Amino acid sequence: MSLLALYRLRLRRKYLLVRAWRRRRQLQSVVDRTSGLRSEPILLFSTIRNERVRLPYFLAYYRRLGIDHFLIVDNGSDDGTREYLADQPDVSLWTTGASYRKARYGMDWLMHLLRRHGHGRWCLTVDVDEFLVYPFCETRPLRALTDWLDSGEVRSFSAMLLDMYPKGAMHEHPYREGQNPFEIAQYFDSGNYMISRNPLYRNLWIQGGPRARLFFSERPKQAPAMNKTPLVRWDASYSYVSSTHMMLPPRLNLTYDDQGGERPSGCLLHAKFLDTFALKAQEELERGQHYAESHEYRAYREGIAEERDLWCNWSEKYVNWRQLEVLGLMSKGNWA
Amino acid sequence: MSLGVVMLCHTALDRAAELARHWAGHGCPVVIHLDSRVPEDQLRQLKGTLADVPDIRFSRRTVCEWGTFGIVQATLDAATLLLSEFPTVGHVLLASGSCLPIRPVRALLAHLADHPQTDFIESVTTADVGWTVGGLSGERFTLRFPFAWRRHRRLFDGYVALQRRLGMRRRIPDGLRPHLGSQWWCLTRDSLAAILSHPRRAEHDRYFKRVWIPDESYFQTLVRQVSTRIESRSLTLSKFDYQGRPHVFYDDHLHLLRQADAFVARKIWPQADLLFRTFLTPDIDRAERPEPSPGKINRLFAKAVERRVKGRPGLFMQSRFPTKARGGNRMAAPYGVFQGFAELFPDFQTWLAEAVDARAHGRLFHPDRVQFAGGESVYKGGLSDSAPLRNYNPHSFLASLIWNTRGETQCFQFCADDDQAIAPTLAADPNANLYIITGAFAVPLWLSGREASEMRTWAARLQKVESQFLKLLGHPETKARVRVWSLAEFIENPAEPLQQLVDDLNPRAAHRGKTLPRLIDLTGFGSFLQDLRNQGMQPVLMGDFPSDDELARSQLPLSRPQILR
Repeated sequence: MSLLALYRLRLRRKYLLVRAWRRRRQLQSVVDRTSGLRSEPILLFSTIRNERVRLPYFLAYYRRLGIDHFLIVDNGSDDGTREYLADQPDVSLWTTGASYRKARYGMDWLMHLLRRHGHGRWCLTVDVDEFLVYPFCETRPLRALTDWLDSGEVRSFSAMLLDMYPKGAMHEHPYREGQNPFEIAQYFDSGNYMISRNPLYRNLWIQGGPRARLFFSERPKQAPAMNKTPLVRWDASYSYVSSTHMMLPPRLNLTYDDQGGERPSGCLLHAKFLDTFALKAQEELERGQHYAESHEYRAYREGIAEERDLWCNWSEKYVNWRQLEVLGLMSKGNWA
Repeated sequence: MSLGVVMLCHTALDRAAELARHWAGHGCPVVIHLDSRVPEDQLRQLKGTLADVPDIRFSRRTVCEWGTFGIVQATLDAATLLLSEFPTVGHVLLASGSCLPIRPVRALLAHLADHPQTDFIESVTTADVGWTVGGLSGERFTLRFPFAWRRHRRLFDGYVALQRRLGMRRRIPDGLRPHLGSQWWCLTRDSLAAILSHPRRAEHDRYFKRVWIPDESYFQTLVRQVSTRIESRSLTLSKFDYQGRPHVFYDDHLHLLRQADAFVARKIWPQADLLFRTFLTPDIDRAERPEPSPGKINRLFAKAVERRVKGRPGLFMQSRFPTKARGGNRMAAPYGVFQGFAELFPDFQTWLAEAVDARAHGRLFHPDRVQFAGGESVYKGGLSDSAPLRNYNPHSFLASLIWNTRGETQCFQFCADDDQAIAPTLAADPNANLYIITGAFAVPLWLSGREASEMRTWAARLQKVESQFLKLLGHPETKARVRVWSLAEFIENPAEPLQQLVDDLNPRAAHRGKTLPRLIDLTGFGSFLQDLRNQGMQPVLMGDFPSDDELARSQLPLSRPQILR
């Protein structure tokens, strides 16, 4: 890569950092419990809007993995999300009524919090419908993974987004508060992912899964990206570029081996396609606050209108991380 | 005579305290060395925790930076203290704060009592050692290493390169034969005392101060001078990965550790509560262990390293994406690509599926739609039959298909009319088996019954595409197995090529296919080619195709050839 290109990336990173810093005033603290943290805490960062019903399971899931503290930005919820979160002992909460889209889909807010609270710590940045699965996650807490990554001086860990969906129309299986969403959305596409290398940022660009198969089969370029790097030992100079898909500096995107070996990786099980989805799609479409002019949501609405079932004959039923490993969606690498 | 333990600690001091208490509780005095980079208050806290245990001492603290002499110095100081404070100690075990005794202490004591004069220390000459990482084995002893590898990587590497270039070499002290081995040993009092009070100890220490990773060579080398009986194996189970990092044991390794035949295991993750709880129960409460089966652990870690270094061939995913030179064009399993067969044999796909015992797809790269076997619109793994989706990344499409169907051979038809973007991948893939009848593309044109004048441009285009494909396959870089027949060549004796592809793709076929697919009647094709020529096109890829009269005269059993075996 030319020096000029590298310099441009550096400028881009600085710009994103400044941008995040300038939007710090959009955040108002509701409760800040970050002062009493243990040493070397593992932190979770998320932006949330009207997700009250999903929260209990989300928090319980990540508490079990060993998240020490949740740092959450509430983007103008009116369904009790804020009150619920403010009552949780391990949550620090900020709120904002500002535009989600203008804050780079919430990334500016999160990057400000990451810079302030995440420096030198392991930080997991996920949406409320994303559930991290990593090798041995049933028997080893997240800290076992981060300790092991530390011992190899690895600072970023990739976890591809894996869209989970139910069999039949989404509204047939209503989601109850506290329920494991994957009791409903049990299925996923195991082998239709399209991968290419991004020469500038050096990340892999992955698209595919049921969304590409059903909603974007005629215009695949617009299919949503599935590659993510949610777990990072953060540094104040780091920056997420587009959601958590890419990072700067680019070396953090080198979470894959290009010499034929496998690095360890995980999956983010994506519980997007529940009965709450149709409502959400409608709401987001009206707000127009989502990525790429919401055409993703528009595509969904068309899809949903036809009562389309995402399930197909070759859908795989989720069992555990070992299954994902065997299918080649994630890898243990040399962690044994 | 008892066992004394030297414990080198730097983190997870609460675990270290538990371990020290366990050893001391079973009659094994302990000397703890705490890295002097650990703050003083943590030492005080540790001392406070262990104040009620009489047989624990703390040795003089030094900085233990990985790869430097500090670790040896710490060991020497602690061992000196141990031998002078506890005169009844017969063997000394070197352990760390994350070394867990995985068999009862009494078993270890019994083992040592059976071998009172034996030193258990892995000690291998540098020529025979296979495990050093980074290429430094013999050079550890002949170069100087004043820079810390962890902190000054560039200086370290630069100075090594400089010494190599200038041919600088250190003199190894007389009488020493460099040996390497695991850092974790168990030596007899006599041997250890002989090393500590060696008349040339000062010279040895001076020399080893500039040796690289002396904790893996100091005792391993010197013990050869003083010992009467060496058993070159460590009592401590310690596995290293391909980068020289120790493997870590977690709770889910419990059943493996129970089957290990070593007495101590490292490195244990400090928060592996189950392991500490299980293995630190007092001896009297311990159940008998199952039959030892140490091979299991070796296999586990060997497989992990293999996965990290080689990975699963043909898998392309978020953490494995090899460059072209390192397997980026290799699909997961052999597969067959057929060009020109479906044009000649109307029921080729059915025949192929049966003869080769494979999944025979139609034209996967058809410009309108992916023709999966059985006409499915979605195939294994969720692959869609959408042509735009496939064309968006044909490499991923093919790689996914072959990966998703591992265990079952895949075959598909290909032709000049298909999307050709996949061609370079096919050519470069060692798992691709390409069977091509050149010029067969003209047969469907002829069968369409239209005039040659209408067909001329179309035929010329297809011929050009096919020629380009053949040219690509003729390149010396091509890795695919390619077999090419011209149409004329092929119809002279179709049985042999067909038999050959069956042998290639299904070498263990239980029964040879007796029937061959029905070849269409080509009477009239010769005139069609002549018409094309008359129109100004030059059909070359068909070879020297016989005229209709010759075809009729040749009496070849074209309609249904048989293999006679």
